[in-house]
Amino acid sequence: MEKIKNIFNWEPDRSLYPEKDENGNLIVDLSSQKFTKVWHGPNHPGTTGNMAIELTLSGDEVVEAKTHVGYLHRGFEKLMERRLYIQCFPTCVRMCVAEPDYNEYLLARSVEELDNLEIPETAKWLRTLVLEMARLQTLLRTVPGQAGTLSLGMGVQWGVYLRDLVLDLFEELTGGRVYHMYIIPGGVRGLLPDGFKKRMEDVLLKIEDFIVRIDNLIFKNILFKKRTIGIGHIPAEWIDKYGVVGPNARAAGFKRDVRKDYPYLVYDQLDFDIATLTDSDVYARSLIRRQDLITTIDLIRQIMAKMPNDGDIKSPTPNVLHWKIPKGEVYVRSESSRGEYGFYTVSDGSEYPRRINLRGPSYTHAVVLLEKLLINANIADVHSIMVSLQTCPPEIER
Amino acid sequence: MALKDILTPFTAWTNVFKPVVTIKDPFNDRPGAERYRGFHFNDTSKCIGCGSCEAICENEAIDLVPVEGIETKDGDSGLRPRVDYGRCCWCALCVDVCTTASLRLTNEYTWVTENPEDLRYTPGVDVKPWDNNELGWKKPEPNYHFFGQKRVSMPELHPEQRDKSFIEIVKGYSKEQAILEADRCVECGICIATCPAHMGIPDYIRAIREDNIEEGFKILYDTNPLPEICGRICTHKCETVCSVGNLGEALSIRWLKRYIADQVESEDYKRILQSDGIANNGKKVAVVGSGPAGLSAAHYLALMGYSVTIYEQFSQSGGMMRYGIPEYRLPYDQIDKDVNYILSLGVKIIYNTNVGKDISLSELKSKYDAVFAGTGLHLGRSTRIPGTDHKHVYQSIDLLNKITEGKEIHVAENIVVIGGGNVAMDITRSLARLQNIKYGKVSIIATSLEDENSMPADREEVVEAREEMATINPGWGPKEILIEDGNIKGLRVVKCLSIFDEEGRFNPKFDESNTNFFKADMIVESIGQGMDIEYISEDIKKDLEINNRGRIVVDELFQSGAKWLFIGGDIIQGPDVIHGIANGHKAAVGIDKYLNTNI
Ligand code: SF4
Ligand code: SF4
Ligand code: SF4
Repeated sequence: MEKIKNIFNWEPDRSLYPEKDENGNLIVDLSSQKFTKVWHGPNHPGTTGNMAIELTLSGDEVVEAKTHVGYLHRGFEKLMERRLYIQCFPTCVRMCVAEPDYNEYLLARSVEELDNLEIPETAKWLRTLVLEMARLQTLLRTVPGQAGTLSLGMGVQWGVYLRDLVLDLFEELTGGRVYHMYIIPGGVRGLLPDGFKKRMEDVLLKIEDFIVRIDNLIFKNILFKKRTIGIGHIPAEWIDKYGVVGPNARAAGFKRDVRKDYPYLVYDQLDFDIATLTDSDVYARSLIRRQDLITTIDLIRQIMAKMPNDGDIKSPTPNVLHWKIPKGEVYVRSESSRGEYGFYTVSDGSEYPRRINLRGPSYTHAVVLLEKLLINANIADVHSIMVSLQTCPPEIER
Repeated sequence: MALKDILTPFTAWTNVFKPVVTIKDPFNDRPGAERYRGFHFNDTSKCIGCGSCEAICENEAIDLVPVEGIETKDGDSGLRPRVDYGRCCWCALCVDVCTTASLRLTNEYTWVTENPEDLRYTPGVDVKPWDNNELGWKKPEPNYHFFGQKRVSMPELHPEQRDKSFIEIVKGYSKEQAILEADRCVECGICIATCPAHMGIPDYIRAIREDNIEEGFKILYDTNPLPEICGRICTHKCETVCSVGNLGEALSIRWLKRYIADQVESEDYKRILQSDGIANNGKKVAVVGSGPAGLSAAHYLALMGYSVTIYEQFSQSGGMMRYGIPEYRLPYDQIDKDVNYILSLGVKIIYNTNVGKDISLSELKSKYDAVFAGTGLHLGRSTRIPGTDHKHVYQSIDLLNKITEGKEIHVAENIVVIGGGNVAMDITRSLARLQNIKYGKVSIIATSLEDENSMPADREEVVEAREEMATINPGWGPKEILIEDGNIKGLRVVKCLSIFDEEGRFNPKFDESNTNFFKADMIVESIGQGMDIEYISEDIKKDLEINNRGRIVVDELFQSGAKWLFIGGDIIQGPDVIHGIANGHKAAVGIDKYLNTNI
């Protein structure tokens, strides 16, 4: 019996490799042939977008990691400098495929702040609704997606199905499934269709049932726990140092959320709390996202109950075909499912933006943070750690 | 880690008993949502080819192309949008901006074709299976617009501030108002084609938006040397076709033009228009009449280096613009502003000289290299009903002439005006003012064959006349002027049922049983003017071609059968200032061509 137990608890002896000098620093000498180079990516390892991590391994242990992007660069920020503000609206959505709505919102918000434009109350509620729906559909993929990285794909299938139901609702409200193009400078592009609230509630109930099922499948799963607890630990002192935000920061005990810290739209009229944990490992980050899913469902219910059912959806604006935005610069932000997501917009007073720069959470998470976090990780956990940061290459490169 | 962590994941097996949720395309049909942004459809009968959809498309997926069976006409470029699905991202901005709401996206989203060329097509023209699909993305509601729908209202004098005087009613836009109004233009250029002078309307509107008055002013003078005048009294045909007018209110194109002209001081004209130091080419041209056509011809000829002399029968310039249009609509100093600039180019006007009486056309022919005649329509027409020979039956045009000249005219206590055009409104409103001054009250009725909706006068003229207490009672045919003891008692009228017959000829029908009587002691006839071409002597006339409607035939550059004689303006085109200006411009080009090539 003892023997069998030992087989399960067997750990390799890591005292000899990788070799260290007398100060304890790693000696990475590729010509020694004691190391292996492995390219993780750039092909889609799941639903995460194209990005490569160049790994240097000693046995199965990562000793160096380098993030490579450049497979998805489409130059949207530059393209927008050649487009009227209204034309930036269908362009900017593509900067983050999973949650295009934050781009729409931030572009609109930049324009409105710079031009001192108030939007109708109804439009504010509808915007909040759409942003929460965006979070909802993302989390439906990312929460089970964490188990997917460990080859437990079933939860992902369930999530994708439910996400499709949310996309149906998006389609009803905005006319589009993936790129919604709904939040337009000045307001939004439509009121809720008849019966929308009822159909939304039906979907929310299904999602609540789904949460119970993934709890059983994933969070109460010994294999998942073994593979995530204590893995990919982000020390608290890294949070500010490397610009970590969103669930990644909250899993390390930092109560940070733009919705609370710098309330926008109607978030100050909604009742919600921000979840935090302290373990700061892959499991904790998954749990935080699971909690976010519950919060989002609750927020959507509150919005549905409190929002006005009619009223103007758009404020009058100057003619969009030659709308000149007053000279100035502005940074506007929102809380995406990955954390603070902001646009820094500069106007030179013309019809075209002089510069729109996206501050996305993935740049710091996937480049600065991930390269540190992977050191000493096991090759088998690399993918899981990467996904636990919820990195989004299209947003890094845009 | 507990045993339950090993067992609970197996509860997922319960899913085996759940129904399948996937859709099996193409076996299960799944229509797009009601607002789905699928393939385009365009109602080509509503579309006007304004190109706003092309302008807004960030992917340059739309090209406006000619379409068989759709002709270019006023208010329609004749082009229709063609969409390239290799570029489109289905954002539907083209739908939201569409000035006619003709364009929409249907909720159809599957389309299989072997030929990639198919994916570039003209919605509504190339027949597609989804053409009758009513569902899909339409312009959102409520109050969702990409440009202002309402006009910036024009500040005007209140009726009580104006009903006893001839002070100009319309005050003109302020800078803020003009820029706001100019902002609404979608720069489609549909109006350019309809404007008789083809003015660069979207360009000067853009200059207003950019607060570049001098640039706008130059654009005005490219095609129109009378902007102060036109900015006030142009018939603004452009506004009737303005794309923005399809769903909202048309741009106030005329007031915007006036705004530009009003901002420029007379002393700056030459500097802005760079018209100093034009070399004289040694050739001389005579112009008969200083109305819009004559002034316009003179202006463009002077710019080309010709010495131009205008012969004017009245003591002041402007023709009908000064002698027909009341001062409250077009103040005389504004006419002077436009005319003085033309004079500053070296153009001479010889006043009080009636060609035909004081100097013959033949004499002009011998003294000048070419002649342009824009003599206008100055003969009043009569209804010829019984009683029109009474001394207190007047022609509106004669009265308006006299008012301009400051001469005393007869103003009775009760007046009836026959006519429903702008001139009828001009005399009605002028006489209403004079009645108000003389009697302290207004008693004037204007009546016309046309009913309220088809009266040829501009709507605002009718509204403002009523504000000034004149009665407008349209839809009656004059039958007889009742005269008792040598005094006019009033006008007897019968209900007019229709004006034109099936073939569109003037042939009014009346309901003789439905009569009315308008009390009056003075009648003014204002049913149009005719031309007087007595000044063209027989030996010249024999070279001219006169068509079956009695009009002189000229070519597209207004050259008549007598090669040295160019004729334009109201006598060719009918009464309209902007047509006159356009004719004068073209005739100037024609004269230049004639004098340089002798054709
Ligand atoms: S915007 Fe509308 S009316 Fe104008 S060309 Fe396009 S489809 Fe036609
Ligand atoms: S839907 Fe958008 S991309 Fe497509 S043609 Fe219209 S404006 Fe262009
Ligand atoms: S004034 Fe009207 S018709 Fe003319 S370019 Fe502007 S929008 Fe088009």
